[in-house]
Amino acid sequence: MRRIGPFLVLALLPLGGCQGWQSALDAHGPAAGALARMFWIFVAVLATVWVLTMIALVLALRRRRAPDADPLATDPGTERRMTVTISIAIALTLVTVVSLTGLSYAAQKVLFAHKDGGLSLLVKGQQWWWQVTYEDAQPNRVFTTANEIHIPVGEPVLIKLESSDVIHSFWVPSLTGKMDAITGRQNQIQIQADRPGVYRGQCAEYCGLQHAHMGLLVVAESKEDFERWREQQISSAIPPTDDERQRGMEIFMSKPCVMCHQIRGTDAGGKVAPDLTHVGSRRTIGAGTLETTRGNIAAWIVDPHGVKPGVNMPTIQLDPDEVQPLATYLEGLK
Amino acid sequence: MRTVLILSLAAVVLAACEREDRDYRSNPVTAETNEKIALVPLSAGPGGPTEQRSGLGKDYEENAYHISQGQRLYTWFNCNGCHANGGGDSGPALMDDRWIYGGQIENIVQTIREGRPNGMPSFRGKIPDDQIWQIAAYIRSMGRNVPKPAAPSRKDDMSPGPAEQRRPPGEVIDGGQIPPSAQMPQ
Ligand code: HEC
Ligand code: HEC
Ligand SMILES: [Cu+2]
Repeated sequence: MRRIGPFLVLALLPLGGCQGWQSALDAHGPAAGALARMFWIFVAVLATVWVLTMIALVLALRRRRAPDADPLATDPGTERRMTVTISIAIALTLVTVVSLTGLSYAAQKVLFAHKDGGLSLLVKGQQWWWQVTYEDAQPNRVFTTANEIHIPVGEPVLIKLESSDVIHSFWVPSLTGKMDAITGRQNQIQIQADRPGVYRGQCAEYCGLQHAHMGLLVVAESKEDFERWREQQISSAIPPTDDERQRGMEIFMSKPCVMCHQIRGTDAGGKVAPDLTHVGSRRTIGAGTLETTRGNIAAWIVDPHGVKPGVNMPTIQLDPDEVQPLATYLEGLK
Repeated sequence: MRTVLILSLAAVVLAACEREDRDYRSNPVTAETNEKIALVPLSAGPGGPTEQRSGLGKDYEENAYHISQGQRLYTWFNCNGCHANGGGDSGPALMDDRWIYGGQIENIVQTIREGRPNGMPSFRGKIPDDQIWQIAAYIRSMGRNVPKPAAPSRKDDMSPGPAEQRRPPGEVIDGGQIPPSAQMPQ
């Protein structure tokens, strides 16, 4: 027991990953449901085949041959039984292969189903974060955000995937299968959440140093909550009301921050890094690396490479008394 | 004996695993370098103008990581808006061998940091100093004034010519041309 104890614990560990906000086995949408179903059907069928094969093997090994039997002697009874057994085995194999193929095809139909209407988002993979643009027929209702996608429950949402540097892969296990984001082309996948909740996604194609810290969140909520969120995201940043935030804004505008980041409603117009107009309203910063709190924002600004080594945000020279107002200002951008 | 030989050969191979240094975490407080670059090649008295170069340029020019970061930043900060992909547009060409303000990396850093009178904006305080050096190193690679192994290879976008790495080694000649579009109306 002392020997196998640790192994048992280790073997059970992976099972812990089957639940939670990022698990393909914990399906919350039609596509993920089809995938999870396929997974269990395959496991069941293959387990049965394996067990039957093993039983046949053990039986064959255990059976003793009659002593001094003539290897060339044939017995019509045995011959017939062998023909029947092998034919049944071949038939079963055919049935299994054909029905698994059929089931896969049916699952693919669900996975790549395309329903018209509904929301469409442009999701651009970048080293190492996700730029998300909500499309709309009215140009003034188009807006950009990062790393956090909100969707209304029960509606199909079209995700158009692009990449600005290397290949990434969009994967929200609880909602859908993987789809690559490739430079110079657009891939599409539709996602739908059947229940409200927060589902975690992850880049699933190795894309460089910080691939592991390239997460995203999908927040599924009721139609009303979603519309409220959308209206708030469309609006420009709220101008600061107190002195500290005002100073924070002035510091932001006078630093290199404006070259990369946009804050709608101010002079900051950079388009190559996450849009910060409502950064305070997002749950995380750094693509799921840190929770959005004032302290974490300050830590990020002072030393982004301490948090996420190699990240494409430079360490910027700031005076110690500039950090606090800057972090307060950014946290206040709800 | 045989095993020892094989083992030491394997060890030799492992030694190659250390690649160039990548310095992600530059120190921003001490970063702004104090190069002293003359604006003209003329000087009073014999000899050229007195200049002071820190030698930091080598660290950037010979480092593939810095050069490819510079390549990314060149479009991030919209240099291509005026200089295209190095072939020049309203700003002068950067991939040729002619330089108005000098083609050494220190001169290019100074051009980016301070700006130049005929329409080159100053990026001081807008681009952190180490990124200015990275961009300058990339610009040096356009005319292949950097070592071949460090120069960028093919990029994903359409490119007007062979990748920097495959261009013939270049040289630096003073006396570039201000493009007509950048000249002040008389
Ligand atoms: C050279 C471009 C660049 C500059 C300059 C820059 N940033 Fe960033 N910043 C980035 C990139 C790229 C990211 C995304 C990093 C990631 O998650 O991989 C980022 C992320 C952030 C985030 C987290 C946003 C989120 O939703 O994850 C904050 C906050 C931020 N930057 C603040 C600042 C501030 C304040 C300044 C000025 C002191 C600044 N940045 C300067 C490129 C830049
Ligand atoms: C608004 C247009 C504009 C932008 C943006 C711009 N440049 Fe320039 N650049 C110019 C012009 C015009 C000149 C010529 C200036 C002169 O002759 O005084 C120039 C000159 C230069 C030179 C000197 C060339 C020589 O022959 O000595 C370099 C190097 C250079 N730019 C690099 C850059 C880099 C790097 C960037 C991006 C960070 C950039 N430029 C952005 C317009 C621009
Ligand atoms: Cu990745």
